[in-house]
Amino acid sequence: MPVAGHQPPPFFKRGPAPLARLAFFVILSLALLVLDLKYRYLELARQAVVVAIYPLQRAAYAPVDLYEQLGGYFTSLAVLQRENVHLKRKELESANWLMRQQHLELENQRLRELLDMKVRQPVSGTLAEILYATRDPFSRRIIVDKGSQDGIAPGQAVVDEVGVLGQVTRVFPLQSEVTLVTDKNQAVPVKIVRNGLRTVLFGASGGQLELRFLAANADVQTGDLLVTSGLDGVYLPGLPVAKVARVDRDAAYSFARILCEPVGGVEKHGQVLILGGRDSAPLPRLEETEPRDKPSKGRRIRKKE
Amino acid sequence: MAIQPTHSSRRILLPVKQWFILLSLAAAFFLNIIPLGDAIGVPDWVALALAFWSVREPQRLGMDTAFVAGLLMDVAGGSVMGQHPLAYILLAFAAGGLSRRILWFPLAQQALHILPLLLATQGVMVVTRLIGGADFPGWGYFLGSLTGTLLWFPLTFVLLLPQYQPIDKDENRPI
Repeated sequence: MPVAGHQPPPFFKRGPAPLARLAFFVILSLALLVLDLKYRYLELARQAVVVAIYPLQRAAYAPVDLYEQLGGYFTSLAVLQRENVHLKRKELESANWLMRQQHLELENQRLRELLDMKVRQPVSGTLAEILYATRDPFSRRIIVDKGSQDGIAPGQAVVDEVGVLGQVTRVFPLQSEVTLVTDKNQAVPVKIVRNGLRTVLFGASGGQLELRFLAANADVQTGDLLVTSGLDGVYLPGLPVAKVARVDRDAAYSFARILCEPVGGVEKHGQVLILGGRDSAPLPRLEETEPRDKPSKGRRIRKKE
Repeated sequence: MAIQPTHSSRRILLPVKQWFILLSLAAAFFLNIIPLGDAIGVPDWVALALAFWSVREPQRLGMDTAFVAGLLMDVAGGSVMGQHPLAYILLAFAAGGLSRRILWFPLAQQALHILPLLLATQGVMVVTRLIGGADFPGWGYFLGSLTGTLLWFPLTFVLLLPQYQPIDKDENRPI
């Protein structure tokens, strides 16, 4: 039986000292940081929490949605009519291209069969809507309203009507996270349309893109269009990505500093198309066992860094 | 004997309800996940609520709550796991430690104490992410702390409102 005075009464008990608790939680968060940044072990935990807070997130989106709807309601009739006329003209213009495209694609397929080349993968896509940009100010990502329930998988390319927006990097059951091409850690293999020069495009600060490690005398001009080269096995070749905005050739550096502007409406809201995953081209076999090997099932997913 | 002018006018408040603390944190979380795009100067409501309750009730709100709130923020905001918890527990620790000092001051000077705490919280996040290889978001990012500091006045009023209620209701005086 404890004697009074030997033990403190229970109402003075406050648990471990604040400094000890601080040390414990700091170590815990540092461990989480390392696990997530270095090894990416926490995706499953993230999925679980995302599903749990999904209703709350949709509810939080409601005020923004309401504001947008109100804004749309008060858009004047004249603006809508002008837009309608513009769209109709554009559709007529592109109809011509589309009809010829169908014809050309068929012809291309037949020629490829004749030449016994690998059939080009047909493009499939899922239409999705951008819900919002993530709050994280350190990266450039958006959330779209299609997830693994709609067959979205990490690594798929995301485009809008004019160019590449980015790539799906995380998939949740009902939504997925798209890393924009303007993100610092996002790289897109591109080539210059004018001369076919292949290089890699990186995100830069301020919603711009940068061509790194190109020699100071590289043949790049302001206004050059950059399209995906398709060498990565993720993006289909030929999708417009960016336009060269500025070229700085400084003799003091061995590399030119080339800044580009994205072609797609990267920082805007609206509808996007998530292109179907691209089957990676099979590796060339050393021994000739089969005349034509099947495309491998595994999709190559570009790892960050 | 002259009574301290700042201390004399303070009413004895009712004890705070635990559910109200949690409710205010949930409301702050909700405000935080409203997608506002690239708006500059949006305060971190969760950090603000955590700082408030850590200053007011350091015994009731600890670093464990800050840790969980940070984890939720990480997932909801799509940031790196551990970034918000690290910043929030340091905030809760500092605010809890400074609690007895801060409460002695009038509101304006309390807010002045909160400003460096909020700035340090953001600073911790910036340093964490820069080490992780992210881009510097620009100095406008820190404006959120300034708005947060200005919000200290209305926040104190709103969050202490339930504790201002009288113990026994007077039918003739509803408030």
